[in-house]
Amino acid sequence: MREIAASTITAAVARLCIEACIDLPEDVETTLRRAQASEESPLGAEVLEQILENARLARAQRLPICQDTGFTSVQLLVGQEVLITGGDLYAAVNAGVRQGYSEGLLRYSILEHPLRRRNTGDNTPAAIHTEIVPGDRLTIRVMPKGGGCENMSTLRILKPSEGEAGVKRFVVESVFNAGPNACPPLVVGVGLGGTFDLCAHLAKRALFRRLGEPSPDPDNARLEQELLAQVNQTGLGPAGLGGRFTALAVNVESYPCHITALPVAVNIQCHAARHKEVVL
Amino acid sequence: MAEPIRLRTPLTEEAVTALKAGDRVLISGPVIAARDAAHQRLVELIARGEPLPVELQGQVIYYVGPTPAPAGRPIGSAGPTTAMRMDAYSLLLLERGLKGMIGKGRRTPALIEKLREHRAVYFAAGGGLGALLSERIRSVEVLAYPELGTEAIRRMVVEEFPAIVINDCHGGDYYTEGVETWRVPSE
Repeated sequence: MREIAASTITAAVARLCIEACIDLPEDVETTLRRAQASEESPLGAEVLEQILENARLARAQRLPICQDTGFTSVQLLVGQEVLITGGDLYAAVNAGVRQGYSEGLLRYSILEHPLRRRNTGDNTPAAIHTEIVPGDRLTIRVMPKGGGCENMSTLRILKPSEGEAGVKRFVVESVFNAGPNACPPLVVGVGLGGTFDLCAHLAKRALFRRLGEPSPDPDNARLEQELLAQVNQTGLGPAGLGGRFTALAVNVESYPCHITALPVAVNIQCHAARHKEVVL
Repeated sequence: MAEPIRLRTPLTEEAVTALKAGDRVLISGPVIAARDAAHQRLVELIARGEPLPVELQGQVIYYVGPTPAPAGRPIGSAGPTTAMRMDAYSLLLLERGLKGMIGKGRRTPALIEKLREHRAVYFAAGGGLGALLSERIRSVEVLAYPELGTEAIRRMVVEEFPAIVINDCHGGDYYTEGVETWRVPSE
């Protein structure tokens, strides 16, 4: 077994929280720049230019890209030969969130109960998902997920007879309904298959994939291209003010499903598609 | 594109009436920063017939929950939040003289109708542009409910704060117009 100290995990999570909120990933910035160069709507092109300027300013001034520094979504890929020492894994992650949000002057947006609605005062707990994988490494992915776009996400179990056309209709309808509320141009994570819970998880996992990297499944890759084209015909455009670029990418993740079902989940991500990862 | 219209707060009825959906504006002067929790409290005070901690006549409310201010800046990142969550509350605030709201995203038909009735306007600022927009905020002071943290009511003085008129007081809706202009009709 390879040992990793809980304190190492805490320090890594703290740094990832701060960097994710301040430093827009290179793949997102490149895709935005390409969109800016080809957006036909003058207002849309201006919005894209402001988004790029905002990213530059955030990096230079060490300010959060967006004031909604999110629900801290954390994915842990834990090698089965890793032994965590000196503390509890989830406590170590949450300690990292606490430290990162305090030191990075990030916003506390988490309430301890959905109805009592008292702020926890340190942005914990994170939304943590763990996968056990082969090997002796620990991969930590952090995504500060804003509320505006997360709130517009959807899930529906379609009838198998609705087929691919039904899936496309549902995705495009979800994006259109999200509209300007979700801060387009969006990254659209689509989960296809699995159970109710797994389908939503697939959609979230799709958002962690690099923009421009197609699904390894050829049917999913084709679906991604066709969905992107359809979403960009809605006319919503940057900030929902009208234009060609409603989405920067559609990423599809699939899983086997039951004979009775065709589950689809759409996890909407705003243009501030913030995520960072580290391999320990 | 036309030059942006320069607006001073508080807004006069005349200034509001002249605005049309799609107009780009630069707002200068004091605005009230308030979002979900603060709106709920204001509306509870109205229901009990108690005085409000802020004057609403002619004022503009900015829906924002900023990040903490770093040393040397009045505020951290401070872009708009989704406006629709405030709609149920905003109806009452418009009856108290509120003239403008800055947020992002669509409003409900009831709110849009109310803008017409009370001669008020809804602006969208750049969603996800919190760093950029914070540069247009000159000073910030907490007016009420400091215990709400980021959701406290603040007075912010803004200078040439960029926004676009989404819903004017004549029934115009720029989100609908924009989409109609750029939608690709299906075959």
